[in-house]
Amino acid sequence: MIFKVIAKQELAKLFEALLANRVVGPVRKGSDKNGTPIYSFEVVYDFTQLQLDYTSTQYPAKRFFLPYTETLCTFEIAGDSWEKKVDFNIYQPQVLFGLHACDINALNKLDKVLLESAYPTPYYASKRKNMFIVGIDCEPQPYCFCRSMGTDTALHGFDMFLTDLGKKYFVEIQSAAAYNYLKHMQTSDPTEEDHLRYMAVEEARHEKFMAQVDTTDLTKILDMEFQSEVWKHWGDKCLSCGTCASVCPTCYCYGVAETVDLDLKHAAKMKHLHSCNLIDFAEVAGGHNFRPDSHTRLKYRYYHKHRGFVEAFEESLCVGCGRCGEACLANITVPEVIASVRHEEI
Amino acid sequence: MSAELSYMGVDLTRPRVAFFELSSCEGCQLQLLNKEASLLDFFNLLQVVQFREAMSEKDDTYDVAFVEGSVTRADEEERLKIIRKRAKILIAFGSCACFGGVNQLKNRFADQDWVKREVYGDFAIDTQPVRPLADIVEVDVNIYGCPVKKEEVERIVTDLVVGKTILYPKYPVCMDCKANENICLFDLGEPCLGPVTRAGCDAWCPNNRMGCWGCRGPAEAANVEQLKNIMAEHGFSSETLLDRLECFGGFSAFVDGLRQPQQDTGKQGSGI
Repeated sequence: MIFKVIAKQELAKLFEALLANRVVGPVRKGSDKNGTPIYSFEVVYDFTQLQLDYTSTQYPAKRFFLPYTETLCTFEIAGDSWEKKVDFNIYQPQVLFGLHACDINALNKLDKVLLESAYPTPYYASKRKNMFIVGIDCEPQPYCFCRSMGTDTALHGFDMFLTDLGKKYFVEIQSAAAYNYLKHMQTSDPTEEDHLRYMAVEEARHEKFMAQVDTTDLTKILDMEFQSEVWKHWGDKCLSCGTCASVCPTCYCYGVAETVDLDLKHAAKMKHLHSCNLIDFAEVAGGHNFRPDSHTRLKYRYYHKHRGFVEAFEESLCVGCGRCGEACLANITVPEVIASVRHEEI
Repeated sequence: MSAELSYMGVDLTRPRVAFFELSSCEGCQLQLLNKEASLLDFFNLLQVVQFREAMSEKDDTYDVAFVEGSVTRADEEERLKIIRKRAKILIAFGSCACFGGVNQLKNRFADQDWVKREVYGDFAIDTQPVRPLADIVEVDVNIYGCPVKKEEVERIVTDLVVGKTILYPKYPVCMDCKANENICLFDLGEPCLGPVTRAGCDAWCPNNRMGCWGCRGPAEAANVEQLKNIMAEHGFSSETLLDRLECFGGFSAFVDGLRQPQQDTGKQGSGI
């Protein structure tokens, strides 16, 4: 690991140098009814558009590497034969400029399933391998429970990580590509004073976390409480709308549908991100449904994230970003659901 | 129209198709004629024998009948029964045909004579409580929406012609809306029926920052009871919720349960 410090205005130069690629970063998309800013990851062309002090985005940057809808292949039909065309849908390298630690850790978790498993997903790999990530530290929000999930800092999975020290950024460099970009900025080696300032900033940040989830023995507790009544309680509230999965940076489940074009000369295989909370999710041929009840669907979403994934990868499939709870109109939040399963007061 | 129709070397027959309208604005049929870029390909799949909005010829031998509109008169009921007898496949085309549509709002008034007088004055006209097609005949396929979404009609017609199973989303509009990364209408202080309404419209209204009015009817796991709590929590009256739920008739099964007893007086109709 190489550490550097830069004056804040130097960052615009890095942005300019990276602009040869597609740069995606947090921008202000609008305001809610109370005037609170709403942020979103968008393609950015101008450094002044970037809102690096953003609280959190409503949606993760997922659509840039795991789009909600993606064409897996197309077919050209001529007579009784056809030609299949596969496009991994990567057009140019992407720069994710300003990801928080939770979202970097989300990518690391997705990598375990989509890159490092027995059957890597080329559609994801093509985008993930052509990615440059500039991380940035964050201000914990009342709904953030990443510290409970061990994802409040990113140890890897980025090229460069910035920590705001006031007038300058403390910069971690983790890749050769990032090292090469240093020449576009005026950098200096951190002094002992910078080290102390960094530690003070981190300590102050840690004290700001409010939400938490007790993950102690959680896989076992979830097994014990499989028949718990609390699932019914949350299931009755659940709208089965899939919003939690749509805003989740780690939800990757999908459905595939084949469509025939109107001219009957073209067809396509389309992938759509899905959600285990949807009633269509566990429906199979003949109209049979393995999970017809709302509470069963909701339960399995928690079992996948907090039990199954932990058993397979020794970590949870949740980064504690809190987006699902914030987006849920029925106010179903991970800290409350887990606490209720643990028979804690909520 | 090219002479032969085939898919993957298998010869297909163009179904003989007729379009009809009962009480409606005919806007769903207009949707079919609107999207000119795909119009020729669309009609190439079909042998249209009757379509008042698009052609003068008229033939009563058909396989598939698209019926737009709801039933509000005795003669419409008879006409629908005849269409049903002639057609192998009857498609309820648009929300009026599926649920009664905007027309069924009149059913909510207890005094139907008063409604008739208000609208038609002394003009002698036969008008009955509004009914969806399925109240009178068996419906094979529903195509939801006010108006229908042309892209969805194209997909359904293509599937019909090539013999694929016709599938609809059972999940609600939120899923389509989130895939477009819209800001939730509730965050903007607008009421929305997206959480309980059947998807498939690509969140047409929320994409344009208009809350959903539920024209496609309920999603299959619609949790209307929870939406009632959400609307209240966001400061919307139960009337605001009921206005939307009642607008197209798809939620009629839920509405009566949500009406407060004290609000019953004079307003509640026979339902559909």
